This record gives sequence, C-alpha cells and structure tokens, in this order.
Amino acid sequence: MLKFDNVSKRYPETGDVLHNVSFHLQQGEIAFLTGHSGAGKTTLLKLIAVMERCSRGEIFLDGQCVSHVKERHLPFLRRKMGVIYQDYKLLTDRTVFDNVALPLAIAGFGHAEIRRRVRASLDKVGLQGKERKFPQALSGGEQQRVGIARAVVNKPPLIIADEPTGNLDPELSAEIMLLFEQFQQVGVTVLIASHDISLISLMNHRVLKLDHGQLIL
Amino acid sequence: MKPVKRKSTTDAPIKPPVKHHETRQTKTAGGDLVDKLHAYRDHHAHALFSSLGRLVATPFTSIMTIAVLAISISLASGFYITVINIQQLTANLENSNQISLFLKDDVSNEEANNLTATIRKNPSVQAVKIITKEQALVEFKAYSGFGEAIDVLDKNPLPIVLQVFPKNTLKDKQELEALFKTVKNLNEVDYAQVDMQWVERLQSMVEVARLGTVLFSVMIGLGVLFIIGNTIRLELHNRRDEVMISKLIGATNAFISRPFLYTGFWIGFISGVSAWFIVAILMLILRDPVEKLSGLYEGDLHLIFLGFTDTLALLLASSLLGVFSSWAVLLFQLRHTRPE
Repeated sequence: MLKFDNVSKRYPETGDVLHNVSFHLQQGEIAFLTGHSGAGKTTLLKLIAVMERCSRGEIFLDGQCVSHVKERHLPFLRRKMGVIYQDYKLLTDRTVFDNVALPLAIAGFGHAEIRRRVRASLDKVGLQGKERKFPQALSGGEQQRVGIARAVVNKPPLIIADEPTGNLDPELSAEIMLLFEQFQQVGVTVLIASHDISLISLMNHRVLKLDHGQLIL
Repeated sequence: MKPVKRKSTTDAPIKPPVKHHETRQTKTAGGDLVDKLHAYRDHHAHALFSSLGRLVATPFTSIMTIAVLAISISLASGFYITVINIQQLTANLENSNQISLFLKDDVSNEEANNLTATIRKNPSVQAVKIITKEQALVEFKAYSGFGEAIDVLDKNPLPIVLQVFPKNTLKDKQELEALFKTVKNLNEVDYAQVDMQWVERLQSMVEVARLGTVLFSVMIGLGVLFIIGNTIRLELHNRRDEVMISKLIGATNAFISRPFLYTGFWIGFISGVSAWFIVAILMLILRDPVEKLSGLYEGDLHLIFLGFTDTLALLLASSLLGVFSSWAVLLFQLRHTRPE
C-alpha cells in the first residue's frame, strides 16, 4: 500500500534529514511514526503528501510512484490520502461544514451527497451540531477533530496524521485512536506521527522509529 | 464520543480492497453523468455568486478598483462615441457636395434666374438652388447672431448665391472638376467654391481620430488588463491559505482558479456597466447643447448614443479582459505556489 524504497531527503542547508528509509505498510495496517523532534517525522510525512520531493529513492502509494508524480497528476494522487495536520490547516473564514465539505466539492460531488457525507463524518468525530460554527469558535481539540473529519470524509485509502492527539486530553486522544482503528478495520491504511509514548505503548501496533533520519527497526 | 453502530455512510463503502473502494467511490461521485454535471453546474454557480459576495463584502476596495476601471473604460468608449458622432456629421455632408457660386454684386435677381436656368441645362447638374440677397439676409439674421450689426449697414452686403448640386458627384471627380471650371468662368460669377474639399479634409481627420480611438482603446485595454491582474494577484495573496489547503486536499489548479476567474469576470463586467452609465450620463448632459449648436449650423445632428451592439461589445470586452487577465495571473502564480 505505502512503500518507501531507500528514500533520502537532503536539504542544502542541513544535509540529510532522512537517510535510506525503507518500509512497507500493508493495506489496513496502522503504524506509528515516532522519534525525537528533528528526527525527520514531519519531513517523511511531507514526502508522502508530496509537499516535498525526495532526493533519492522512491515512494509508492497503491503501486503508483509518488516521488516522481507529474505536477498535473498530483491533485488526483492527493485525493487518495487524507492528511491530518498538526496545525489543522482549516479555513478560518468558512464554517465547519464547508471545511469538511471541501474535499468532496473538489472531487465533484453533488449537494445532497456532500451534505450526507459531511454529517456522517462530523458524527463520527463527535462534532454533530457544530456544522455552522467557524473554526475559531471551537477549542483546539474540536478544531483537530474537524481536521480529522475532513481527512476521512472522502474515504481515502490512506490516512496520514501528524501529531493528531497533540491538542487533545488523554480521553479524547484515546477516542481518536479508536476512530483510527475503526478505519483500519474497513481497510484503510493509517500512519500516525506521534511522540506520545504512553499512548503508543497502550495500543498494539507497528512502530516506525526514526533516529536522526534513519529508521530503527 | 459514541462508538458508531448505525450504518454510517463514512465507513460503509470502504470494506472491500482498495481497488473496489475506488470504483465504488467514483460511482457515488458520479455514477450518473447527469449527477456529475449537476454538481459541476452547482459548483460553478456557487463560485459565480460567492465571488460576487466577496466583492460586496469588501465594498471600499471593490469600489476603488471598479471606479478606476470604469473611468478608464468610459474614456475609451466616450472617445469612440464622439468619433462616431462626428462621422455621422460628415456622412450627412457627403450628400451635400455642392458648388456654391457667389455672384457679382451688380447681378440682379432676374439675371440670376436666367443664369440658373442656363446652368440647369448642363447635363452634369442635378439641381440649382437660388438664394437671393433678401433670403440670405433673413437667414443670416436668424442664425448668425449678427442681425443687429447688419441693420447698421444701409445696404445689404450679401451676394446672390447659386447652389449647384451635381449629379453623382462622388462617383466621378473629373466630371465635378469640369463642371466646376465651367460655372466658375461664367461672367456673373464672382467666386466659386466646391464644398468637397473641406468635407474630404474633415473625413480624413475623422479617419485619423478613428485610428486614434483604436490605439487609445488598446492602451486602455492593456491598462485594464494590468489593473485587474494586480487585483487578482492581491486577492490570491490574501487567500493564500485557502489556495494551499485546497492544493493539499487535491484540488486541481482549475478548481482553485474558478472563483478567482469569476472575480475577474465580475470586476470587468461591473466596470463595463459603470462605464456605460458614465458615458450615458455625459452624453445626456451634452445632448441639448450639441443639438442647439447643430441647429445653429442648420444641421440636423442627433447625438448617437451607444447602441445595442456597442453596449454588448463594451460589456463583452470588459468582462473578457477581466477573465483573461485573471487567467494569466493565475496561470503564473499557481504554478509557483507550493504548499508548505
């Protein structure tokens, strides 16, 4: 499903941030990506979302080469993954509903379908009734969950999360993790970058540990 | 948060392996082509009205931009309609190609009548009109505004004038020339004048003005292009987050561009409409004085306003300029906007 093949990322200023990283996530697998800050977690996620291109090696998603995807094919590749950002990346001038509806609007869904799916998605993250609110009127945890709802509303085969529980209390964190497991059960691959060791150890999933840009297995 | 038991739409179709999941997804996205078209149309409609809404939401900025554009466009179209009106004037004059014969002072009305009859016999002459001294005086008093000055003189200083209208004057210049020579050399004639020359001069001047209008309009058009382009660039900058996020979620450049293209359209269209009104108001102000002036010269000039085709062309051109400049800016800017 998601395959890293000897991937390196080098920045001119800092040198290799990732060095020969190889792993393979099967479909329907959950994996945690951990490591100290600056170990390259965010860079690795950026490579998957093609916010950066890798310097060496190849990344495959669903058999498609991500690392060398052409610019005009990029939007369609990105629709195959739901990304949850640490800073939520919500549109502050749009309602919760419109934020979550955005991926569906982009994919060309009709009104009725959008309404149905957005409601379902917001239900799932426990934000029913907040559709008309603006993100700034919500708490950090709620905004995070809007981000999650947006990432999953289009039912992508891969979900990537960058510190999805960073702003949530332990109880909510556990619920979010449970949610990810639900997605896993229906065949979605989930990759979660986190340094919440206690939470990771609580759940029995594969852990990819990065140390100074190298994967420790 | 409750564990979800009911059949939620979010997890329903994800069960089978990915490939199935994808086909399912595209099926729901537009199993029906009609559904997909409807969604597309809805999206366009939304972009159309939301971009208008954005313009209304920032009235001050919008009005400033649109005012600059409207005034520029109205300059070009005002120039255009002025030339059209002058052209109309000279078109009327074309029919009045005539030779004016100013008779010597000692020629009597009777002699003048005889002369008229003689000239009429000339095969190239269509008609001859005689304006006697008395008629000329009456006209002069009525229209020139110097009536009182004339009263001071004890003798009518105006000569008898014969207006000779040649046949098919425009087709055959040589014939006109020949006729002119013949009548000019008549004994009774003091001075002969062909009105053709100044008409020709005026027409070529109008031709220059026309070309000037075209060049001027092109310059204004370029100006409009840059102003709208810059407005869209700023708008794009203000909505940078939205553009980035949309890109990350998988929006194509076409999707991201759409609302901005509509913004460009609205700015162009509203500016065009405003320019039309500016021109119309200016012309309403000018109409009475111009028609009075025209009356003084015995003309029957009726001010031509921007016609239906002109209006359509004006609106179309300004809207298209808006869309085109936005498109050019987006093409360039979106390529250089990368999500961070």
